[in-house]
Amino acid sequence: MEELIRVSDLSAYFGNTQALKDINISIKEKMVTAIIGPSGCGKSTFIRCINRLHEVVANARVSGEVLLDGQDIYSAGVDPIEIRRKVGMVFQRPNPFPVLSIYDNVASGLKLNGMRKKSGLDAIVEQTLKMAALWDEVKDKLNASGVSLSGGQQQRLCIARALAVKPEVILFDEPCSALDPISTAKIEELIIQLKQNYTIIIVTHNMQQAARVSGHTAFFLMGELIEFGKTEDIFTKPKDSRTEAYITGRFG
Amino acid sequence: MSTYKNRKVVSKIMCGATLFCAILTLAPLISIFGYVIFKGASSINLDFFIHLPMPVGEAGGGMGNAIVGSLILIGLSCLWAIPLGIAGGIYLAEFGNNKLGTIVRFSADVLNGVPSILIGIFVYALFVLPMKSFSAISGAFALGVIMIPTVMRTTEEMFLMVPQTIREAALALGINQFRTTVSIVLKTAFPGILTGILLAIARIAGETAPLLFTALGNRFWHQNLTQPIAALPLQIFAYAISPFEDWHRQAWAGAFVLIVIVFLMSFISRFVISLRYKFPTTR
Repeated sequence: MEELIRVSDLSAYFGNTQALKDINISIKEKMVTAIIGPSGCGKSTFIRCINRLHEVVANARVSGEVLLDGQDIYSAGVDPIEIRRKVGMVFQRPNPFPVLSIYDNVASGLKLNGMRKKSGLDAIVEQTLKMAALWDEVKDKLNASGVSLSGGQQQRLCIARALAVKPEVILFDEPCSALDPISTAKIEELIIQLKQNYTIIIVTHNMQQAARVSGHTAFFLMGELIEFGKTEDIFTKPKDSRTEAYITGRFG
Repeated sequence: MSTYKNRKVVSKIMCGATLFCAILTLAPLISIFGYVIFKGASSINLDFFIHLPMPVGEAGGGMGNAIVGSLILIGLSCLWAIPLGIAGGIYLAEFGNNKLGTIVRFSADVLNGVPSILIGIFVYALFVLPMKSFSAISGAFALGVIMIPTVMRTTEEMFLMVPQTIREAALALGINQFRTTVSIVLKTAFPGILTGILLAIARIAGETAPLLFTALGNRFWHQNLTQPIAALPLQIFAYAISPFEDWHRQAWAGAFVLIVIVFLMSFISRFVISLRYKFPTTR
């Protein structure tokens, strides 16, 4: 497996508060990497640094290097928009665009970047909805509102929307925390299928979920990367006592 | 148990009191509408819509020119004040979290409270004196100034109601800031912004004072935007203070038409929006 993302000495700040401290990590291509850790440890901030969404927050800034395909996404002259098309994101709460139809939600990333060809859009919408295992449920109501779907369906719609712009990496920020167990199972199944073609980083509070879907796991604590390794090693023989304390439920 | 009983009695009394107050606040509104309809509708006929006012002392005639004039003035005001107000509101909501934003916000609220006659005098000095003529343009400018604060502040409030996660979802798709703001956030907020626009239109449709020194009024059909133009509120004012019974009836009819125009605009734009927005806007 080739390395796709290399993070070197990454620090992230909100104003004067440092949320991430000198993170060094290497993410392999076409693998699922899970990020675990207690609330407020910087997991979400970390993945938001990989698609340059961290800087959208007022007074937020980043130092260090994030190499994607060997290119530093924070070097001068790099357009964050290009990075965000390569690195898609699925959020904690399903957030389809409320005034757009199911079809337009999926097509929005392409349409609003200037793609107008109906036949091309039709094909991509169908293909990505199928990849997100939602096509059969919505094919007869593509013009209905995105928010008319159930929570789990909305989250799969958001996955289809992210897939439509053809990213290389997909970031999942606790994608199942607002969903019921059955919807969660569907999303997990989807993540396992998607890793054949995409590099996936998933933030999760659910350690069973990390164990089920990921090949590698990183444990964050108070803005620092404590331990990173194969998921089975992290869960069966953690090297750091803090990792062990967390995964056995002694804190967090 | 007795305290529970007491609470229930007090609750009933308070509910009744609030209901009474609610009805009391509706009473002026309903009686104004009722009275205007009662007095005005009976004086409405086709002549009223298509004829010019008759010379003093002659019966008949209508307010056709004033109806057209009011529509032109409202249209011209909207044409410049709505885009400006929405753009200003977008600035306040998306980038206005700074000193300039605070100043603009405060100024807008002050402007909203400025008596409209002052705005009329201001526009008189700014437009009418240099142009050496009362005009439709200066009237529309004065009315637009009155619209801007309402449109701007409503836009800001509606933008702030669109959840941050919606903006982030758009940005995360590689959609640029401009498209995110216009095609996603503005589109989501628009039904709410429309309410503000309609409120502003309803207000300027009935404004008389700022038109006294600007549009002036005109007894004839409108010819040129740089010339004085008739407007319903001006005509109603002139007729209502006249000593003629027939003019009084026409003033009531004018008031009735004014209410209907505002109501129709509100109804039609909401209908058009409901066709374009088939979806519930969840907030």
